[in-house]
Amino acid sequence: MKIAVTATGTQLESAVDPRFGRARYILIIDPDTMDFEAVDNSGNVNAFKGAGIGAATMVSKKGAEVLLTGYCGPKAFLTLEASGIKVVNDISGTVMDAVTAFRDGRVTYATGANKDAHW
Amino acid sequence: MIISVASGKGGTGKTTVATNLALALGEQVELLDCDVEEPNADLFLKPLISRTEKVETPIPLVDGEKCTGCGKCAEICRFNAITVVGKKVLVFPELCHSCGGCMLVCPEGAISETGRELGTISFGHRNGIGFINGRLRVGEAMSPPLIRKVRAAADPNLVTIIDAPPGTSCPVIAAMNGADFILMVTEPTPFGLHDLRLAVEAVRVLNIPCGLVINRADIGDLQVFAYAESERVPILMTIPFDRRIAEIYSRSQVLVEEIPEWRRQFFDLYGRIEAFTKSWRRTKQCAN
Repeated sequence: MKIAVTATGTQLESAVDPRFGRARYILIIDPDTMDFEAVDNSGNVNAFKGAGIGAATMVSKKGAEVLLTGYCGPKAFLTLEASGIKVVNDISGTVMDAVTAFRDGRVTYATGANKDAHW
Repeated sequence: MIISVASGKGGTGKTTVATNLALALGEQVELLDCDVEEPNADLFLKPLISRTEKVETPIPLVDGEKCTGCGKCAEICRFNAITVVGKKVLVFPELCHSCGGCMLVCPEGAISETGRELGTISFGHRNGIGFINGRLRVGEAMSPPLIRKVRAAADPNLVTIIDAPPGTSCPVIAAMNGADFILMVTEPTPFGLHDLRLAVEAVRVLNIPCGLVINRADIGDLQVFAYAESERVPILMTIPFDRRIAEIYSRSQVLVEEIPEWRRQFFDLYGRIEAFTKSWRRTKQCAN
């Protein structure tokens, strides 16, 4: 399986980017092998509107089944839900910390957005 | 002739000037309240409203049977108002700017048009003065489409006076674009000047002639007057800071009806706008 983690950089040691839609990078990681791909999210960082929708669509295309991030808005959540991606909010620390927590089962799946929509 | 009354800063007297100008002209004139987030010109004009219509903007409706999930609709949408995840198409109506691109590029013809309510348009009149206003639906984030609909409803054979919203962004541009003249209402304070500068810059981009009405002209400082001179923006009228005027306003009455002298003042203002617009057009033709 693959999981997606928002990150401020391209490495597993990078800090988790608390924003989902406008995260600088999104790392697509296989938690078993720790193989990963750092996807540049600048297209969504600079989006006029709907950055979360764009990021969620990208994560879905990359085939991730779980997203670990800080904040996820309502439209992003809806898009992720429609793609069958489970969301874990309020993640901080490094990407590695987040993956470890996920592997140890120390995460709770969100039932909704934890951030209001932006206009 | 289309005159758009704008200001940059709110509360400078746009609605006062727009309604008095319309009433001073008396007939062959239509007042458009394009301040659709808080339309209040009707409080001064007191028109009889003859009808109110709901206004919608087109948004996509996807036929899940025909859709193959190719994602072309999502690719063309710069606002991420439509996206495809797996084989599912998601539409976010509030983000849609009604460009119609998704419907055009869909190879399956799976996208048709439905509507999102923008608000209402009301039509009325008072003593031969036509009146149209737009009222944005609470929760609707985009006012320009509604402003454009209000403007499209105007009778091109009449003098159109537009009460524009404050600010300098999309709603104001929608209320000024295509006008023959922009009448800027400001007050001689640092705050009035600050926002006036921005508004004049916007008008310059639109390449429309503009002139000033300075309201509460005897308060504040002289910076607005100096700015007008240096930027060659003509001062077409000044309204003093006068207790009687303030009282008339506070009762939602209009100057031209309470103080007959002001009817002439506003009538002359129109004459000056007409003359200035003509000479501006001539200059432009010569330049071309």
